[in-house]
Amino acid sequence: MPWFQRKDKGIQTPTKEKKDVPDGLWYKTPSGKIIHTRELKSNSYVCPDDEFHVRIGSKEYFEILFDKNKFTELDKNMHSADPLKFVDSKPYPDRISASQKKTDLKDAIRTAHGKMDDLDVTIGCMDFNFIGGSMGSVVGEKIARAIDHSIKNKQPFIMISKSGGARMMEAGFSLMQMAKTSAKLALLAKANVPFISVLTDPTTGGVTASYAMLGDFNIAEPKALIGFAGPRVIRETIGKDLPKGFQSSEFLLEHGFLDFIVDRRQMKSKMATLLRMLQ
Amino acid sequence: MLLDFEKPITELEEKITGMKTLAQQSGVDVSKAVDSLEKKLQKLKEETYKNLTRWQRVQLSRHQDRPYTLDYIYEITDEFVELHGDRNVGDDRAMVGGFGAIGEQTVMFVGQQKGRNTKQRQERNFGMANPEGYRKALRLFNLAEKFKKPIVTFIDTPGAYPGLEAESRGQAEAIARNMRDMSMLSVPVICIVIGEGASGGAIGIGLGDKVFMLENTWYSVISPENCSAILWRSWDYKEQAAEAMKVTAEDMAGFGLVDGIIKEPLGGAHTNMKWQATQIKKTILKSIKELQSLDTELMIENRINKFCGMGVVQE
Repeated sequence: MPWFQRKDKGIQTPTKEKKDVPDGLWYKTPSGKIIHTRELKSNSYVCPDDEFHVRIGSKEYFEILFDKNKFTELDKNMHSADPLKFVDSKPYPDRISASQKKTDLKDAIRTAHGKMDDLDVTIGCMDFNFIGGSMGSVVGEKIARAIDHSIKNKQPFIMISKSGGARMMEAGFSLMQMAKTSAKLALLAKANVPFISVLTDPTTGGVTASYAMLGDFNIAEPKALIGFAGPRVIRETIGKDLPKGFQSSEFLLEHGFLDFIVDRRQMKSKMATLLRMLQ
Repeated sequence: MLLDFEKPITELEEKITGMKTLAQQSGVDVSKAVDSLEKKLQKLKEETYKNLTRWQRVQLSRHQDRPYTLDYIYEITDEFVELHGDRNVGDDRAMVGGFGAIGEQTVMFVGQQKGRNTKQRQERNFGMANPEGYRKALRLFNLAEKFKKPIVTFIDTPGAYPGLEAESRGQAEAIARNMRDMSMLSVPVICIVIGEGASGGAIGIGLGDKVFMLENTWYSVISPENCSAILWRSWDYKEQAAEAMKVTAEDMAGFGLVDGIIKEPLGGAHTNMKWQATQIKKTILKSIKELQSLDTELMIENRINKFCGMGVVQE
């Protein structure tokens, strides 16, 4: 006797009436683990099976770090201009508006202040989805103003980096954001206000070579790609394959450029513990 | 190797020389013909060099005969003592520096150094410094501050070196720290782009009270070739990339991202190095005088405010 018996004979559902599992309900990690997105969210977007840290953006980081997800966003409406009238395969403003539509963001960063474990903090967080998290005038200016806010209110500054580097479509202007953010951080240091730089996957180029490496504390999520030059460029320069684990968080820790690596689920409490000790 | 736009000029120059030699040998008077050819040459030069495209200026900035950092330092100073090493890992030959005297004025010179032949190019790593180069630069900046001497940096690099050891030893950290610490230096800092100003590798010694560019140089976030490779997915769009990124001295000064342009002789700095060095020397001395008249705190504040004012956003 068969285990199942079909009661109605000849069931035929037309293709258009067949039901699909909604998109984005399940997440597959690189190691092949499959997890329900709701479970992923409640676990700070870390896959419980293999500790894989899923790439997330400012919305999620703010949710994880600010108490009860309550914060006041700074310079919410700031957006890109097109100082160079830059055109490659399409004009820069078109690229910006396409990205804005796709991500519902104004640019590759959001900054805000609020309470983190009852401590007043200012947090900047980059969004990789927005033109590769690239740094142009808006990113530089928002960081500069967030630092001003930190200095004025004597609030620790936390910067979560996730970026491919400086934005080519603002060329010289983007380059100068490296100088601008570094100079601002000199003022923050002079005011003795703590700065935690959180490096997440990936952080490369002009972002690593400016504010991301200038923390009083440089910390990173596990297995993030962190470097100055991208792996492809280095491979092409030296003409051989890169060693395993090169430019990973673990590699940077070993070489003395990170204070510690932190699991995203402990990030908030560990930063708060550290900042409390400085009070 | 001649650049394309140099060829007609060189051909004409050769023609004139040839005529002169022939006249000497045969005793025929060709002065009229030579005169008119020389006028033609001058006109051709003016037309060529006043209408250079951005990409042609990039080519000039890399000209094989272009003077490099040490050429200018030896030309400008009466005495120069080169200093070596970062006191940690080694001595980076792609980044040079030391105290130099211009008359009564002692100046700390720091800059990337390129090589002129294959052997030198390897020794200087094509002007691409490693982290120890940037740390050597910072050590020299701090020395200058200690002895209250102004700093002059010469920027000429195709980029900070993208290598295995460079990453292991913290290329990004070295550049970032230099920018942060340069912003607070209590002595005047003058930066001059004398050739290529490529990205982080350039700005790692580029945070100055006064930043100048020689007329035929470029300064941007990425080289036109690499920009082409990334945005156009091909190496063939370097001309367009140079145009789109607006990388020249005129562009950068126009945007207020550098403070001024130092003129070059017709044909480029290499055609008259002594004249070029004099222009640079004048600019340095004038800037030092100007900056030394300021209160130190104000000078630092101005420097930081200048960079913090860069960028265009909408709100």
